[in-house]
Amino acid sequence: MTIEIFLQHLLNGLTLGSLYALIAIGYTMVYGILRLINFAHSEIFMLGAYCVFWGVTLLHLPWPLALVAAVAAVALVGVLVDRVAYRPLRDAPRISALISAIGVSFFLQNVAIVLFKAIPREVYRPEWLENPMIMGGVRVLPLTLFVPVLSLLLMLGLMYIVYHTKPGLGMRAISKDIETSALMGVPVNSIIALTFGLGSALAAASGIMWALRYPQLQPIMGVIPGFKAFIAAVFGGIGSIPGAVIGGLVLGFLEILIVAFFPDLAGYRDAFAFVLLIVVLLVKPTGLLGARPEEKV
Amino acid sequence: MLVGVLAALLACAQRFLDGYSIQILNLVAINILLALSLNLIYGFTGMFSLGHAGFMAIGAYVCAILILSPDQKAMLFLLEPAYPFIENAHAPFVVAVLAGGLAAAAMAVVVGFPLLRLGDDYLGIATLGFAEIVRVLANNLPRITNGALGFKGIPAYANLWWNYGWCLLALVLIVRILRSNTGRCFKAIRDDEVAARAMGVNVFRLKLLSFALGAFFAGVGGGLLASLLTTIDPKMFLFVLTFNVLMIVVMGGLGSVTGSVIAGAAVTIILEWLRFVENPITLGSVTLPGIPGMRMVVFSLLLIAVILFRREGLMGTREISWEGIAAWLRQRRKA
Repeated sequence: MTIEIFLQHLLNGLTLGSLYALIAIGYTMVYGILRLINFAHSEIFMLGAYCVFWGVTLLHLPWPLALVAAVAAVALVGVLVDRVAYRPLRDAPRISALISAIGVSFFLQNVAIVLFKAIPREVYRPEWLENPMIMGGVRVLPLTLFVPVLSLLLMLGLMYIVYHTKPGLGMRAISKDIETSALMGVPVNSIIALTFGLGSALAAASGIMWALRYPQLQPIMGVIPGFKAFIAAVFGGIGSIPGAVIGGLVLGFLEILIVAFFPDLAGYRDAFAFVLLIVVLLVKPTGLLGARPEEKV
Repeated sequence: MLVGVLAALLACAQRFLDGYSIQILNLVAINILLALSLNLIYGFTGMFSLGHAGFMAIGAYVCAILILSPDQKAMLFLLEPAYPFIENAHAPFVVAVLAGGLAAAAMAVVVGFPLLRLGDDYLGIATLGFAEIVRVLANNLPRITNGALGFKGIPAYANLWWNYGWCLLALVLIVRILRSNTGRCFKAIRDDEVAARAMGVNVFRLKLLSFALGAFFAGVGGGLLASLLTTIDPKMFLFVLTFNVLMIVVMGGLGSVTGSVIAGAAVTIILEWLRFVENPITLGSVTLPGIPGMRMVVFSLLLIAVILFRREGLMGTREISWEGIAAWLRQRRKA
């Protein structure tokens, strides 16, 4: 294997990894605050991709505008899902919220099937992302750089919000102790809504970039990336945003490199993440950066 | 007495109902069986397991391989020939189903050893991962499972008698276990694991027992399903299958056998009945075209509504029993 091809694989790994990381952040934030596996998150990812497709083909928006509009619209859907399906269940047993999440996931997926039909669709890709550039002997599509760069910017933006703004402080407080935060005057419901909005926006952005990378839209396209991203979140230590980023990147690199170096194992690619997950859970149940929950007695 | 009534009802059903209704009745039995098995693991022992699709897949494949004749298998394996021991394996239906269940239970013990140490959500994710790994393996072991093509033309032995027979067996066995000392230990583990351990309950062994028993019946359910549908492939065992069972259990009430039975029947029938929304509907002179996919939209809304307005499920942890009905009747008479 030449060094060029190896670099190419690394870049692909970085791209895939940053897409996983973006989705994983949404999972980890919601789980950190509500202890809820938001199964509808993979459908949010799928909706993002479809919304851009809609914006470009039906509304004839220019592509960058369609992207922004789609991310905003999907963030709103995320907030709405929380309001309708999760907020009424805040004080219910956790399994209720989980079933509700599964219901929402089924609902969004099947609405997509009804609206867009189950057949895969082509994706419109702007030309400036497709003209290859030669950088140091490596042929690079602007797309392969666009994805990690935009992802990085989005992640930095999120980190700024979470660690340097007042609503971010609220989020961190709620994830420590929801009742006490409420008593201390943190507007719990609006902060949670904001969390859902931000997480959904990142998932939508990831879905859009995913559709550029693997140009096909399908109502079930979110399921596998969604699960892998959740694994990335668990791997990095659920509840920790840097953990989700690291988990996503590790998973992306591993997947690309294993398929590149052991082509015989390509058929098993969807199982790697799960094998890794089980191993990690057994060795370090709280993930890389996860906090150890107190032993309940 | 219950057996007699059930047998009479089944005989009537066999005689008077059309094939479609009988198929639904068969599915009802299998879904109740699956719901009971998951309820034992989750509702009664408190282990959040999302691995049911994996156990069902194991049961289904083992059962299908055993009831397909060697000639049929020689025809089925197009990509690569099967291993000789797979091709020549053959057994009667009851043995095949039993073997499917036992294989699933054995697998449950193997994965249970490392996994059952994990706590709730982590256990759920790990078992979900286990089920996914089973599916990917089924897809990639063409000499055993025929890869993505799966099996067609599996002999359709699973009739009302077999399905309700197994369902009843599971019901009786699970109820008996729950009423025994072991069952009380299961519930103690569910309610407070630390306290149960402090009282001298061997938590890990009992968890493993409950997990393996649940997996056994999941495997049996998978085997029956394979023979009922006569065709299986890896795509059938996506995690949606686990969700369907979980949904029935939660709707019926975690920790209620009666709830699982009622919800198993209700959900299966409603899902079939909802097919009408996908057919063209004629209202007077207006004909609405059928919309594929609409059924699941309506169903998921129903699911969300049920969980929002009745979060403990239909029955909660309550049961309907003969003694209970008798007591209720006595009370009514007095009033």
